[in-house]
Amino acid sequence: MQLLQNAGQKQTQTKEQVRRIINEYMGRKLLLDKAHIEGIRYYDTYRKNGGYEAAGKVFKTMSPDLVVEEVKKSGLRGRGGAGFPTGMKWSFLAKPEGVPRYLVCNADESEPGTFKDRYLMEFLPHLLIEGLLIASYALGSHSTYIYIRGEYAWIPDILEEAIAEAKQNGWLGKNIQGTGFDLEIYVQRGAGAYICGEETALIESLEGKRGNPRIKPPFPAVKGLWQCPTVVNNVETLAAVVPIINIGGEEYAKIGIGKSTGTKLISACGNIKKPGVYEIDMTISVEEFIYSDEYCGGIPKGKRLKACIPGGSSVPILPANLLLKTAKGETRMMTYESLNDGGFATGSMMGSGGFVVLDEDQCVVRNTYTLARFYHHESCGQCSPCREGTGWMKRVLHNIEYGKGKMSDIDLLWDIQRKIEGNTICPLGDAAAWPVAAAIRHFRDEFEWHVKNPNAAQQRNFGIAHYADPLPVAAAAV
Amino acid sequence: MFSEEKLNKVKEIIARYPEGKQKSALIPLLHLAQEEFGGWLSPETMDYVGSLLQITPIEVYEVATFYSMFNLKPVGKYLFEVCQTGPCMLNGSDQIIDYIKQKLKIGVGETTPDGLFTLKTVECLGACGYAPMMQLGKHFREHLTPEKVDAIIAECRSKANAN
Repeated sequence: MQLLQNAGQKQTQTKEQVRRIINEYMGRKLLLDKAHIEGIRYYDTYRKNGGYEAAGKVFKTMSPDLVVEEVKKSGLRGRGGAGFPTGMKWSFLAKPEGVPRYLVCNADESEPGTFKDRYLMEFLPHLLIEGLLIASYALGSHSTYIYIRGEYAWIPDILEEAIAEAKQNGWLGKNIQGTGFDLEIYVQRGAGAYICGEETALIESLEGKRGNPRIKPPFPAVKGLWQCPTVVNNVETLAAVVPIINIGGEEYAKIGIGKSTGTKLISACGNIKKPGVYEIDMTISVEEFIYSDEYCGGIPKGKRLKACIPGGSSVPILPANLLLKTAKGETRMMTYESLNDGGFATGSMMGSGGFVVLDEDQCVVRNTYTLARFYHHESCGQCSPCREGTGWMKRVLHNIEYGKGKMSDIDLLWDIQRKIEGNTICPLGDAAAWPVAAAIRHFRDEFEWHVKNPNAAQQRNFGIAHYADPLPVAAAAV
Repeated sequence: MFSEEKLNKVKEIIARYPEGKQKSALIPLLHLAQEEFGGWLSPETMDYVGSLLQITPIEVYEVATFYSMFNLKPVGKYLFEVCQTGPCMLNGSDQIIDYIKQKLKIGVGETTPDGLFTLKTVECLGACGYAPMMQLGKHFREHLTPEKVDAIIAECRSKANAN
C-alpha cells in the first residue's frame, strides 16, 4: 500500500504498526458517532450518552495549560480550510495582565461545497457547546462568541436553546461546576458575506463594521476582538476538542496518516448518488470515498467521473485521472498530504472538506464561471487586484461561456489570476485565482472548444464529454 | 420605532458586549429592524438604529450596504433567494431560476405587480448537498423541482390570502 509511505512523519512506527492502526480505526467516528440518536439535540439525551464528560474531566483533573498540551499532542489541524495546528494557535495567545481574552467560533461557513458545520450545529449543538466550554477554559475566555452566517437563520435558535439548557445544568454562567470559572456564550449572526469567514474580517464584523480583513501582524492572538488577544476557531475544530479530551491526545493522533490526524467531516455534493456529510478517518482513498456505498455511493445514471473539487471551491479542480491517482501513480488518499501531492501542478488541497463531484456531462467552463462570479460578488473591495481582477475574470469567463470568447482570452485569464495571487491582504484573492488557474491548467481544451464553437456554447451545450486524459475504469471495482 | 418587547431585546443584545462596545450590536439590530419594518431598511430605519446605538448614520449605512442580506429597497412579501453557485448549478439551478421567472413573469431582482414575490439570485448558501435550493424567510427550501416550486408559490399565495 502506497499510503504507508506517506506515513513517513511517524518515524517510530513500522509499516505493520501503521497497518494495524489503520485496521483498528477503520470507519471510526468521533464527531458523528451519536448523531443518529433520537433527541441528541437536547441536553438530557446528550448527557445520558456521555455528553459533558469531557468537560467534567477537564474541570476535575486538568489545568488550562494541560488542555492546550493535550490538543497539541492530538495533532488536530484547523478544520476551516487552512489546516493550521490548533494547539499551536492556542499557545500563541498573548496573556497580558488585566486584559480580557476571547474565543470566537467561526461558524460563517460559506465556501461553496461546504455544509458540514451546519450539520454539526443543527444536529449536535451540545457537542459544539461542550467544545467551546473546554476551549474557553483552556484559553481563559469568559465571553465566547459564535459568529454564524446570517443565512443559517434558524440555527441560532437551536444553539441558544442548547446554551440555555447548558446554563440550567450548571455548565455555563458563573462558577461553573464549582470551579470558579465563569463563561457566557453568545450567538451573533452575520448578514451574507463570505469574506467574514476570514478571521480578521470576522472580527471586524463582530465589532459592527464592514468585513474588511485587517493587515497582519498584529495577529488576532495579540490584537483581535476589541484589540484584545483572540483565538478564532472553526466549528468542527472546536467540536473535535471533545473527543480529544475523552480519548486523549495521543490516542487521537494515532488515527489517520502522518500529519493528518483524527477524523474529518467531508461534505460531499455535486453529481453523486448520496450527497451529505460524512466523517472519515483520514485513511481511505478518494476512489473509495466516491464509489463506496458507505460514502458517496458513486455517480448517478451510470455516468462517468469527469472532475472533482476536493476541498471547497477555492482549491484546484482535478480531472478524474489525477484525482484517483497522483502524478506518480500512487493511490490518492483523503488526507491533507496526499490531496496536496504534486502541489498545484498535479494536486489539490483538503481545504474545508467541501467535496464537489462533476460527471461527464458537466461543463468546466460554466462551473468556473459560476465560481468566478461568486468570488467577484464576495470580494470586499479593499485590495485592487482582487476587486478588479475578480470582476475581470468573471467577464472574460462570461464571454467564453456565452460564445463571445477569443483564443487570447484564455491566456488573458491566466495572466489575471497570476496577478491576483499573493497580492492581496487576505487569502480571498488566492481563493479566486486558484480555481481559474486549475481549470485552465487541466481543461484548456474545453475552453478552446468554447471559443471554436461559439454557437454550441451559446446553447449551453453541456455535452462535451471529453477529457484531458481517458478515465480509468477502476471505478467499477469498488 | 421598536415595540417595548423589541426594545428589551435590543437591550439584551447590547449587554452581550463589554461596556462601550455597543456598536457590535449593529448587525443583529439591523436584522431585527429589517424583520420588523417590512423586510427592508429605509434610510429612516437605519438612522433610527444608529440612534439606538449612539453611532453616526454613516456607520450604519456603510455596514448596511456591505452585507448582501440587507435589502435597501422594498421587496415583495415573499423573497425567493435562489442559489446559483457551482454545486447548485451542477444540479440544475439554472433551470429552476428560468422556471421561476417564467412562472412569476418577472426577472431576477424584480417584484410581481401584486407585491407578493421578489426573485433574487444569491451566491452559495451552504446547502450544496441538497441542491438546487433557495432561501425563503428564515428557512431553506431544498431539492427543488418545478413541482416543488409550484407548491411553494401556491403555499405563499394561500398564506397571503389567509391574512
